[in-house]
Amino acid sequence: MKHEMVPDHAVLSKSESNKVLKKMDIHLEQLPKIKSDDPVAKSIGAKEGDILEITRKSSTAGKFITYRLVKD
Amino acid sequence: MKGVLKKISQINFGLMSPEDIRKMSVTKIVTPDTYDEDGYPIENGLMDPRLGVIDPSLKCRSCGSKGGDCQGHFGSINLARPVIHVGFADTLHKILRSTCHSCGRILLTDSEIVDYKGKFEYLMNNEDSLTNIIKEIYTVARRDKCPHCEEEQEDVKIDKPVSIVEGNYKLTPSEVRERLEIIPDEDALLLGVNPEVARPEWMILTVLPVPPVTVRPSITLETGERSEDDLTHKLVDILRINQRLKENMEAGAPQLIVEDLWELLQYHVTTYFDNEASGVPPARHRSGRPLKTLAQRLKGKEGRFRSNLSGKRVNFSARTVISPDPYISINEVGVPDLIAKEVTVPVHVTEWNMEEMKECIRNGSDVHPGANYVIRPDDRKIRIYEETKEAVIDKLEPGFIVERHLKDGDIVLFNRQPSLHRMSMMAHEVRVLPYKTFRLNLCVCPPYNADFDGDEMNMHVFQTEESRAEAKTLMRVQEHILSPRFGGPIIGGIHDHISGAYLLTRESATFTEEQVFQILRKAKMAIPDRTGETWSGKQIFSLLLPNDLNMVYKAEICRKCDECLKRECKNDAYVVIEDGQLLSGVMDEKAYGAFAGKILDHIVKEYGTDRAREFLDASTKLAISGIMKAGFTTSTNDEEIPLEAKERIEIHLHKAEEKVDQLIEAYENHELEALPGRSLEETLEMKIMQVLGEARDKSGEIAESYFDINENHAVIMALTGARGSMLNLTQITACVGQQSVRGGRIDRGYNERTLPHFRKGELGAKARGFVHSSYKEGLDPIEFFFHAMGGREGLVDTAIRTAQSGYMQRRLVNALQDLNVKEDGTVMDNRGVIIQTTYGEDGVDPAKSDYGKVVDLDKLIDEMRIKSGK
Repeated sequence: MKHEMVPDHAVLSKSESNKVLKKMDIHLEQLPKIKSDDPVAKSIGAKEGDILEITRKSSTAGKFITYRLVKD
Repeated sequence: MKGVLKKISQINFGLMSPEDIRKMSVTKIVTPDTYDEDGYPIENGLMDPRLGVIDPSLKCRSCGSKGGDCQGHFGSINLARPVIHVGFADTLHKILRSTCHSCGRILLTDSEIVDYKGKFEYLMNNEDSLTNIIKEIYTVARRDKCPHCEEEQEDVKIDKPVSIVEGNYKLTPSEVRERLEIIPDEDALLLGVNPEVARPEWMILTVLPVPPVTVRPSITLETGERSEDDLTHKLVDILRINQRLKENMEAGAPQLIVEDLWELLQYHVTTYFDNEASGVPPARHRSGRPLKTLAQRLKGKEGRFRSNLSGKRVNFSARTVISPDPYISINEVGVPDLIAKEVTVPVHVTEWNMEEMKECIRNGSDVHPGANYVIRPDDRKIRIYEETKEAVIDKLEPGFIVERHLKDGDIVLFNRQPSLHRMSMMAHEVRVLPYKTFRLNLCVCPPYNADFDGDEMNMHVFQTEESRAEAKTLMRVQEHILSPRFGGPIIGGIHDHISGAYLLTRESATFTEEQVFQILRKAKMAIPDRTGETWSGKQIFSLLLPNDLNMVYKAEICRKCDECLKRECKNDAYVVIEDGQLLSGVMDEKAYGAFAGKILDHIVKEYGTDRAREFLDASTKLAISGIMKAGFTTSTNDEEIPLEAKERIEIHLHKAEEKVDQLIEAYENHELEALPGRSLEETLEMKIMQVLGEARDKSGEIAESYFDINENHAVIMALTGARGSMLNLTQITACVGQQSVRGGRIDRGYNERTLPHFRKGELGAKARGFVHSSYKEGLDPIEFFFHAMGGREGLVDTAIRTAQSGYMQRRLVNALQDLNVKEDGTVMDNRGVIIQTTYGEDGVDPAKSDYGKVVDLDKLIDEMRIKSGK
């Protein structure tokens, strides 16, 4: 997790998740998925149904935020 | 058939049983003839009227609908003896090999059967592919002894394409069919034959379906002769042999004759399905041409799939050779009048355009702004003829649609293959012109990648108002001046536009007022008031620049001096534009060239596409008038250098070659030091390459120093970026330089040497492909050979590169084509799943960006500096 190539992952709370979904006007299922046994998901203790907020470096925008749904 | 709408919920694939074929058949076909002497189709013949009708005036005897509405009905032929279907010969062979020849059970033990059944059920429940497990069963189910009845099994072989041989005995199709019949349903399933939709024995044909006449229409030649379709010919053959076989069998003919006829029937049925099956001589037409039977209709590039289903031909399109016209706008396309009279635009007649449409109809289909068809509100299409014109005009009222000729100002889609990017299809305004080629402005050559060595392009005419409106806002040429690839102009001046602008704006260019007026008149620009003063070319060009334009940049001719003298630049390469006045610097590729033009880029971004189009149209026209005023030509005289220069180059090259020899000597004496991470040999190669590279560059520089940019047109073109490069000139005048294959010096050919003219292991410059001569002097045979090696590699590489990148592009496009950028910038696929939360992670449209960035701060600051500096 400390490696420079691994972007920051954070589990969103229920209210934050709803806010994100509302802002983008989508259902949960429309988000890209991440396996619950993915090493990153495991290490931050994400459970199925959680939304992860991923903040990564971007060559075009500098910083870029994306979301993923944890799935089994 | 009309108005029947049903939704497909499921598609099942299976085999047709003989019963299915008989049930589907409307008639049995018996007679091998088609028509009788009176030209009427024979009952029970191949053209039986129950098989459907083509002629719209006749009614179908089977379904009662008119020709054209009736899609045809199948008939059938009862085969006297069963034959094998070529398409299934392989499958049949595999099934026979894996089943017992006496009890018909699959050659698996009971426990294996239970095991595989379990796997089958699991996969079917998960809707997974069964291919792999069936393949496995076929490899396991091969035994010498049947596990069920203990019968010894003989090896079954296939003799391509349709003979199945057991041991030394060739099985007849009847025998094969008997064996297949006794295979139980459960075992068939494991062999990949689903008993719900197919039985193995159905792969042997006992009855042959006869396709309807609509599938094999006969053509009546001009001579009145009837010519039948290839399929009909083949069916006639089948019927004839079938008839003879039946007669012989009934007459109790000897076994040998019956078998021969049977064999012949098998051949005809095989070629009826596939006339290119290996091991079968193709059936031929009387003329010797191989027949096009069922498989040939579907297969390959010209087959039904690739040419009729994946690819379609369209109406309202045209294709012809392109040629240049510098006097039309970049937004326009010159359309030959011949084409304009052929492709049409549907116009809804209203009170307001009634008169215009009547005029079009009056002109008819042969006179240019005319019309070809009128569509009445009841959807009847009426062709306009000389005789019917007046009647049509009288009846014309609002609500009619007139298909009028293409005329000036219509929007059409213009395209050149390969359509690799979106600029390969752009919307142009029509300009109807005489002669037979499409005319296009030279500035749009780069996006289409077009030239005029015989290129052809396609034009499509929009048929609805919506499409026209959409094309006009999104696809017009002026909207594509900036490329989404790098956020700079892809449409811009080329070749003579650039040379012309340079000749016009260079320091020495001054014109008398009279000359200025001539140039401006030719460029169709406004003539200013007389002042009686002489003009500089820069002043002329400034007429086109927006009045509030401020820019500073270095021109293409900039020599990248160590210390920039700015406005005092000796080459006049420092461009300064203040308030739309060109104060210093010349106009060249960096000004308004395709891929590079800074002024053009600036105008598009700051003043919009309309202004950019006007600027480009006007400035290219001005440059053309400028170049025509001065005259411009080039020849090998431009590559001529004095003897003194030749001697200097010769001395220089000689020195370099000596240096190479020294390096080799050092290497041989083990005095050469290896560079870090490289072997001694690699170090030597690198050093030699470096020395020889420098030698060519230096000799080029020597040659260049004798060229005069004010006089030498080849140099003008190379330096302004119009065409060619300094390297090209160097190679012509001074030295061609090192030839390379696979990125290194040439080291292939004979054992340890490139040519027998050299000693083994020789490493010298000449022995490894250094071309000392110039193109103008001429190459000696050895040099010529090495040059051909390098040249060949170049050709092969481009051929491979296009093939590879084409395939890569195809796959990328297939993967990306359904992605969609929503209003808020999220990228979704067609299921609505998010691919990217913001397009490109920064939400920037590269075609609207400044070379990929939202803003270029340095540029903004520079401009402000000029504004405040005055």
